[in-house]
Amino acid sequence: MAIKRMGSQTVKLLNPPAIISASSIVGPKEGQGPLASYFDKILQDDMFGEDSWEKAESKMMKEAVRGAVDKVDLKIPDINYLLGGDLLNQLMSTSFAARDLQIPFYGLYGACSTMAEALGLAAMLVDGGFADRCIATTSSHFSSAERQFRFPLELGNQRALTSQWTVTGSGAALVANNNEGPYITHITTGKVIDYGIVDANNMGAAMAPAAADTIGRHFDDTSQLPEDYDLIITGDLGRYGRDIASDLLKTKGYEVVKNFTDCGIEIFDWKKQDTHAGGSGCGCSAVVFCGYLFKQLREMKLNKILLVSTGALFSPTSAQQGESIPCIAHAVTIESKKMN
Amino acid sequence: MGSYISAFIVGGIICVIGQLLMDGTKLTPAHVLVLFVTSGVILTALGIYEPVVKIGGAGATIPLPGFGYSLAKGAIEGVKKDGLLGAFIGGVQATSGGITAAVVFGYLMAILFNAKTKP
Amino acid sequence: MQKKKQTVQNKKYQQYVEKNSPKPDYFRNCIWAFLVGGLISTIGQFIHNQIEKRMGLSHLDATNATILVMIFIGALLTGIGVYDVIGKKAGAGSIVPITGFANSIVSPAMEFKREGFIFGVASKMFILAGPVLVYGITSSVIVGVIYYFIK
Repeated sequence: MAIKRMGSQTVKLLNPPAIISASSIVGPKEGQGPLASYFDKILQDDMFGEDSWEKAESKMMKEAVRGAVDKVDLKIPDINYLLGGDLLNQLMSTSFAARDLQIPFYGLYGACSTMAEALGLAAMLVDGGFADRCIATTSSHFSSAERQFRFPLELGNQRALTSQWTVTGSGAALVANNNEGPYITHITTGKVIDYGIVDANNMGAAMAPAAADTIGRHFDDTSQLPEDYDLIITGDLGRYGRDIASDLLKTKGYEVVKNFTDCGIEIFDWKKQDTHAGGSGCGCSAVVFCGYLFKQLREMKLNKILLVSTGALFSPTSAQQGESIPCIAHAVTIESKKMN
Repeated sequence: MGSYISAFIVGGIICVIGQLLMDGTKLTPAHVLVLFVTSGVILTALGIYEPVVKIGGAGATIPLPGFGYSLAKGAIEGVKKDGLLGAFIGGVQATSGGITAAVVFGYLMAILFNAKTKP
Repeated sequence: MQKKKQTVQNKKYQQYVEKNSPKPDYFRNCIWAFLVGGLISTIGQFIHNQIEKRMGLSHLDATNATILVMIFIGALLTGIGVYDVIGKKAGAGSIVPITGFANSIVSPAMEFKREGFIFGVASKMFILAGPVLVYGITSSVIVGVIYYFIK
């Protein structure tokens, strides 16, 4: 077996790459949420001075990437690879951002799991000696996602109780071989899991089995227990999906209760902000990680976390054809100190 | 005054049926609209909707089954007047005002206003 | 849409999810639907009575004119961004009346303006209302044809 592999789905980074900088930008609604003070920039208008929501989303991503690079006094040409994705058809926001940024670009589609996917791949590129610095970034926008996946915004429909609110925002993390942490130490790549849920308004239930599978596999592969982590945080399972995932993990023999939460739960105050089950979207785990979690790790308030971004790999076409929702979850271990 | 109360009650009940369909099943608003127009047509053909309109007035013609009622009634009147051709002419003829208004006002509003994000 | 063979595990999971999913508040939703749907109908009745009285139209013409006015109101409220706020509370109460039909036309038309006036506004206008017209008109023709033969 390759020397960096552990178990069936996990890799251990022998020379853990550091996340040297992270930047986040969010829309007005996220700016009223409980994590508001951690974000670098809060937009007053979700059009961001552009003439379409898609362009606004692309601009957010550009700003987030530039922000992450500026913070450590680097320049765009210092970045070897841009790894990123979004929810729109043919990765519109990311491709357009990459066109303007002119960084060598790998476009990724993992739906809302893309942030952990990008972080993991960036870490492998750096640890493998293929790059000095990589950017991992994703974005999503409520209005652009809503018109692609659901109904027109002005339609007077009611949202299901299990439905989630797509986060308007973009986060970018700069991964480099450097000495200032936090560090990415393990990556568990998920498999596509489908338990036959067809209801696109209940993504939490669709994605929970994928999250539980990846988290359980991570513990199996690394011989760790949930207690070894300060925080295990999924991407966007929402309130109901989080409970299902923790039930499923119990059947696998892992008790995660106290240190188990979800980015979609943390980003909004569901009671006050009427977001039903919580936030979702590629941008959800991106801004919660790049805004809140990164700072907590830097300040050593958290020392070891497992970021598990979860994605529902359906399309409007597959949903209309009555297909069930295939889901995936990718896990990345991030530690504030290098343990060797 | 009586016409207002009966309109309120009949209109309200028709909407409650729609609400129960949406909450109790996985039907989307689009499904409910289609279902209601079609049931309006069928109920009118069976002679059930006419009495509802007599009682409810606008409470029966403003909800979407009322659109089906006009369509079906128009088609039947058309057949009485023009024979088989009337089946094709009557329905749309009776509802032409509403359909044209929806297209024209819809277009006009779309030109005048821009969609805003949900609060 | 064919039902695929489900594994036992999937079936069990789906039952579990069904059982643990939050249920909508039927009572409150129905009250809202009843009140708003009733109110819209009453406004319609008022307009109808006024038209019949002041303009001296026949009952049928007054009904048609009322529908015109209601469609205009629904379209306008959608345009100024009020209808979706009403709809969030009222549900079917604002979807089922003809004003909801207008809302289903205006909302996609507005939203897809950036995709142009032909493929955006004009074609997306009917993504929700199109099916209503297709099934409404087709079923009325069927009714007319049957009536012709049994008359």
